[in-house]
Amino acid sequence: MLRYTLLRILGAIPTLLLVIALAFVMVHAAPGGPFADDRVVSPDIEANLNTAYDLDDPLPKQFLRYVGGLLRGDLGPSFRYVDRSVSELIGGALPYSLMLGAAAMSLALVLGVGAGTLAALRQDSVLDRLIMGFSMTGISIPVFVVAPALILLFAVKLKWLPAGWSGAPGVGRYVLPVVTLALPQIAYIARLTRASLIDVLGRDFIRTARAQGLGTATVVRVHALKPAMLPVLSYLGPAIAAILTGSVVVEEVFGIPGVGQFFVRGALNRDYTLVLGIVVFYASLIVALNLVVDVLYGVIDPRVRYR
Amino acid sequence: MTSFRAITALAIAALLVTWGCSEPAPVAGNTLQRGLPSDPETLDHHKARSVQAAEVLRDLGEGLAAYTATGELVPAAAERWDVSDDGLTYTFRLRDGLKWSNGDALTAAHFVAGMRRLVNPATAAFYAQMIVDIENADGIVSGDIPVSMLGVEAPDDRTVVLRLVQPTPYLTGLLTHPSTFPIHPGAFETHGDGFARPGKLVSNGAYRLDAWVPGSLVSLKRNPHYWNDAATSIDAVNYHVVVQNAAELNRYRAGELHVTSTVPTDSFAQVRDEYGAQLRIAPYLSVYYYGFNLTKAPFSDNPALREALSMAIDRELLAEKVLGRGERPAYSWVPPGVHNYEPPRLAFAALNKQERERLARLRYKEAGYGPDEPLQVEVRYNTNDTNKRIAVAIQAMWREVLGIEATLINEEFQVLLANMRAAEITQVFRSSWIGDYNDAHTFLSILQKGSPANMPRYASDEYDDLMARAAAQVDPERRRLYLEEAERVLLSDHPVIPLYVWVSRHLVSPQVSGWGDNVLDYHYSQHLSLKTTD
Repeated sequence: MLRYTLLRILGAIPTLLLVIALAFVMVHAAPGGPFADDRVVSPDIEANLNTAYDLDDPLPKQFLRYVGGLLRGDLGPSFRYVDRSVSELIGGALPYSLMLGAAAMSLALVLGVGAGTLAALRQDSVLDRLIMGFSMTGISIPVFVVAPALILLFAVKLKWLPAGWSGAPGVGRYVLPVVTLALPQIAYIARLTRASLIDVLGRDFIRTARAQGLGTATVVRVHALKPAMLPVLSYLGPAIAAILTGSVVVEEVFGIPGVGQFFVRGALNRDYTLVLGIVVFYASLIVALNLVVDVLYGVIDPRVRYR
Repeated sequence: MTSFRAITALAIAALLVTWGCSEPAPVAGNTLQRGLPSDPETLDHHKARSVQAAEVLRDLGEGLAAYTATGELVPAAAERWDVSDDGLTYTFRLRDGLKWSNGDALTAAHFVAGMRRLVNPATAAFYAQMIVDIENADGIVSGDIPVSMLGVEAPDDRTVVLRLVQPTPYLTGLLTHPSTFPIHPGAFETHGDGFARPGKLVSNGAYRLDAWVPGSLVSLKRNPHYWNDAATSIDAVNYHVVVQNAAELNRYRAGELHVTSTVPTDSFAQVRDEYGAQLRIAPYLSVYYYGFNLTKAPFSDNPALREALSMAIDRELLAEKVLGRGERPAYSWVPPGVHNYEPPRLAFAALNKQERERLARLRYKEAGYGPDEPLQVEVRYNTNDTNKRIAVAIQAMWREVLGIEATLINEEFQVLLANMRAAEITQVFRSSWIGDYNDAHTFLSILQKGSPANMPRYASDEYDDLMARAAAQVDPERRRLYLEEAERVLLSDHPVIPLYVWVSRHLVSPQVSGWGDNVLDYHYSQHLSLKTTD
């Protein structure tokens, strides 16, 4: 498995390089520039700005310099946050995003698998209908509707939780963003778990287990849940991607100083280095997480062998 | 399925919106909570360029002059100043015993150092053009003259002398801008370009920088060394970065903000009904306009056509019905309310709607167009709901009155900007201008030949000549007459269609007192005070 992992990491390098090259071309191809503004500056000032940020070099040279910096772990200076480097901005924002993403993912797994299992065990009962109805709603309503709705309910009306991240210190300020972000994933995972568990519970080996006199709880815990988790595990990759993209909206609505909102702001401001830096970061993260999921697959499913 | 989702979403949102309306909960403590629509890109006052950064910087630092809450210019770090008879030399006398936030003495040399750094090409400051009227500033920015030649001197610790290339009656207004604030030489030498960070920044205003989480929060604490600290009431200020206007409104509703940076346009009517006097609306030093590309057909050499298009637009309808959020129709390029200036109005402003439309059709015909030969024109605007509503309304007005076939093209802001600057494919484009200082010059100068912000590429010798005459005038009355005459020329040439004047919109909590409305939309925290509730 170690060899497999190493090969996968090596294989990721050309992928990442391609992503960087494409992103580099795309950000520079977009019209405008980091210093374009309707308060147009005099040509002298613009020339000074371009010199200060090496924007007057030809593009291939800029690209080589960028990749060179990358190899040394330097993501360059931000064009908008003029006295900060991109590494510093991402580094500062990462803890908040990680906390948000990890909490949302954990909540989604715990509640999603729990609700899905309950629904599968009480198939076609009122509880099942309720859970499935809720999950349909959860999948259907977009994040930008859920977020203000939750804020109005819990921050404005009930005043239990802050409406914005900077509104109050402590853990409370993460509750609404995490719930917002996790909601569609809870719903999706619940449906996946239910379908998969119902399928597994009808298999021969479960009947055998029951025939041995085991109780439902043991059958589910020991025999059914593990194989039933395979579709959920496959879904983790897309789920992480969805949480990453969802965090862009959630961070902006709640004012969380995370990576996602820098991505949006950076793109709109043509902050070339900041956008590229975050693309590199996201791409590496997704490659790494996909690898983790694939390795986990082998741990859970004995039929999978790595070569 | 999609429509089902949309309906459910709308229903839930509507339910919660109606339910969610209530009085904001009071915010405890003597800390002012303010909304900020985007992150300050830096608190280095020479490199900052956004309105948001300037707002925070006016709390942190102080220039030679400043504005009161209602927008009167007053001495600040300087206690007084004298202007030479030719209007070219300004001598500022600093207050006695000025100090930095770390207790160091603040001297005239620090103002000199600040302005030198502003024009130094190595700083690459966006606002270097702010002090372009100071002797040699131009040549220093372009790298032709050494920085030490800048016409700013400190003959002693309490005197700053500025030498200008032409009389600039609005100079003291410019000196309220953060880019002209002094710099603490020690902090800059120790930390280099990274001096503007919490723990490093030494400032000279009513507040000092306490903490900064990029993308979320800038926290300021009272500066006990500030010369007028006794008059400062609020102990701390939190600037909360809230990018989405709707989210900002919710945070105000939840009692997390005392002052919002704006009010979301689509809930304006609701907010007005809900909050009454807490909603503060004031005319803003700005103009929203449509420009013509004067370098290409059909608008080059066809002033009659430009006038017809301008005349066919019902500005009252735009301001009151299409927008309806306090905006005022614009019949001049320089908005009303500018210091020592009475803007002339477009000639047809006095006519009623019928007369105006009849005259518009006449001009349209003179220009060589008519029902059989309608003008086909492209209107470009940057993607945004308000811009779209305006464009659609104008498209309809032009069609109804003149039979024009207008195509609307929306582009991302940066794309539109690039197209306007290239002046190759644009015909009619949407733009706006916000005044940098309270003087007609900030609006009129951009339409001079060669000005980088002259998007229509307007070039009139008569206009430029009047502007040059105004610039040479020391007497404010005569200067005003030249400027007004220049605008009259401008308005009769129709390079632009002024449409409406923006307004600033804030929600201000009843706990806050000392708030003043002003055309620049500057609101220093030191002028405000809080009624605490505990």
